[in-house]
Amino acid sequence: MLTLKQITKAFNEGTLDEKVALKHINLTLEPGDFVTIIGSNGAGKSTLMNIISGRLTPDTGEVIIKGENVTNMSEHERARYIGRVFQDPMAGTAPNMTIEENLALAYNRTMKRTLRFGVTKKRREFFKETLQTLQLGLENRLNAKVGLLSGGERQALSLLIATFTKPHLLLLDEHTAALDPARAQLITELTKQIVEKERLTTLMVTHNMEQALQLGNRLIMMDRGQIIFEASGKEKEKLTVEKLLQEFQRIRGSQFASDRAVLV
Amino acid sequence: MLTALFSSVEAGLLYAIMALGVYLSFRILDFPDLTVDGSFVTGAAVASVLIVNGTNPFLASFAALLAGFLAGCATGLLHTKGKINPLLSGILMMIALYSINLRIMGKPNVPLLQQETVVTIISDWWKGIGVDQALANIIPSFVPKTWAIVIVMFLFVIVLKMLIDLFLKTEIGLALRATGDNKKMIASFSGNTDQLTIVGLGISNALVAFSGALIAQYSGFSDIGMGIGMIVIGLASVIIGEALFGARTIARATFAVIGGAIVYRIVITLALRIQFLETGDVKLITAFIVIMALILPQFLSARMEKRRKLQAEKRGESVANSQTDYKSV
Ligand SMILES: Nc1ncnc2c1ncn2[C@@H]1O[C@H](COP(=O)(O)OP(=O)(O)OP(=O)(O)O)[C@@H](O)[C@H]1O
Ligand SMILES: [Mg+2]
Repeated sequence: MLTLKQITKAFNEGTLDEKVALKHINLTLEPGDFVTIIGSNGAGKSTLMNIISGRLTPDTGEVIIKGENVTNMSEHERARYIGRVFQDPMAGTAPNMTIEENLALAYNRTMKRTLRFGVTKKRREFFKETLQTLQLGLENRLNAKVGLLSGGERQALSLLIATFTKPHLLLLDEHTAALDPARAQLITELTKQIVEKERLTTLMVTHNMEQALQLGNRLIMMDRGQIIFEASGKEKEKLTVEKLLQEFQRIRGSQFASDRAVLV
Repeated sequence: MLTALFSSVEAGLLYAIMALGVYLSFRILDFPDLTVDGSFVTGAAVASVLIVNGTNPFLASFAALLAGFLAGCATGLLHTKGKINPLLSGILMMIALYSINLRIMGKPNVPLLQQETVVTIISDWWKGIGVDQALANIIPSFVPKTWAIVIVMFLFVIVLKMLIDLFLKTEIGLALRATGDNKKMIASFSGNTDQLTIVGLGISNALVAFSGALIAQYSGFSDIGMGIGMIVIGLASVIIGEALFGARTIARATFAVIGGAIVYRIVITLALRIQFLETGDVKLITAFIVIMALILPQFLSARMEKRRKLQAEKRGESVANSQTDYKSV
């Protein structure tokens, strides 16, 4: 479904501030794979996500989605294949537009936009049904502006609109990090449900190791621009937070450097 | 006095089309577009020159609209493809259009006095249907030269407003609004934000140029300087309108913008009746109105906040006092 070949990315090349964010990353995702990514601050996780989504272009290497080389395809063209939820709950929705208008915007992800109405009677019914799955009562507030929703509600909506058109690939970059524990739990639960139901191929960055172990069938640990550890299937199921930390120390010979890598 | 107010309503309706254009760029796209000062004159220039050369005035006005569209697209290109910041893109286009407008007109001023224009055509047609006589019987106390412009333009502007409202509900219209609201978001949903910005600015300046074309025909000339400060007038209309009439929904906001454009004209007309002020002071008054419209709401809400806190503090004090009372007892 997704293949990354020899991806390298450096920022501020040739200056004093040069920073190699990714070094020769190779990664292949099979359809239905749910990969969680952990790693310390600055490991290159977000950079990797941005290269897959097309916001950044790699210095070398190729991004292949569904057999198509999309390395030089613009972000908005690539969005046909990709659903995304960002860390910032404000980032995934348009605050001054209504809930149903946001759904309509997302509904058009895979098709050409025309001069037909974005919200039709038929679509509104569909939007309502879709919103019901969140069980937040948003289906009764179709005409409320999204900016009025709480952070948790907005993030739930972001997740829903990123996934209800069944993207080939779902990218989640710390999408629960800005929420309080209860709401983070809600979004984690929703993520699990949606990904399982739609069998979405998913990449999820998280700083919560417990969450990374709970969710998905594969786990990747990144550090200093490289994938330093990988586990999948049975091997991943057997992992614990302690084992992960030991693994990291064994490979890097240093304490896990992230102050945010909380042991929940 | 009444006649002066009446013609300020007439002009207000014509300028409302420009204000709707400014609303599209300033509010919908969140792009402070200074192209307006140039594209307004471009519209006037194209229409006047075509009319003087015998083109049908309606066709000439439509050509003005297209010219404005191109000017707006050019600004959009500067910003999106040239990566120039929005204000600078607009200023560059505005200054470039000054020369282009001079080229179009061939001289700084093109009079339209003896020409057949959209305004004369509508007025002549209006005389034929005899509504003015009927209205004169109903309202004998006030008989203007003609009701034609006010009534026809009112209907036209309302239709235009409804078309804009509908457009902003289409799939493309929603994407346009999202471009101004959250670029990152609409890009992640396949929205080509560059293209949307370019087209949005095109439509905005098409309206501005069309308004310029109508103003030229209404006032009987086009002049190279007639666009100076036009963006501020547009902003004044948008801001005054929103403050007076609200902007909760799109339909409400576009209505407010039209209202704002008319109110602005009336305010200027009234201001100029003050002995001390001269015609040349109009721009100063405009700037003053916009500054007031921007500052007053902040000032008022700050005062409300202060009063609220003061009251809360007083309540807190009385609670504290009652506690000491309690202890002393
Ligand atoms: N636009 C940029 N310009 C310069 N350096 C950048 C840029 N974006 C990222 N970097 C650098 O690249 C490295 C990787 O950053 P990235 O955001 O991918 O880390 P991350 O793994 O997502 O970290 P975090 O857990 O803090 O989100 C960091 O050292 C960062 O400072
Ligand atoms: Mg990150």
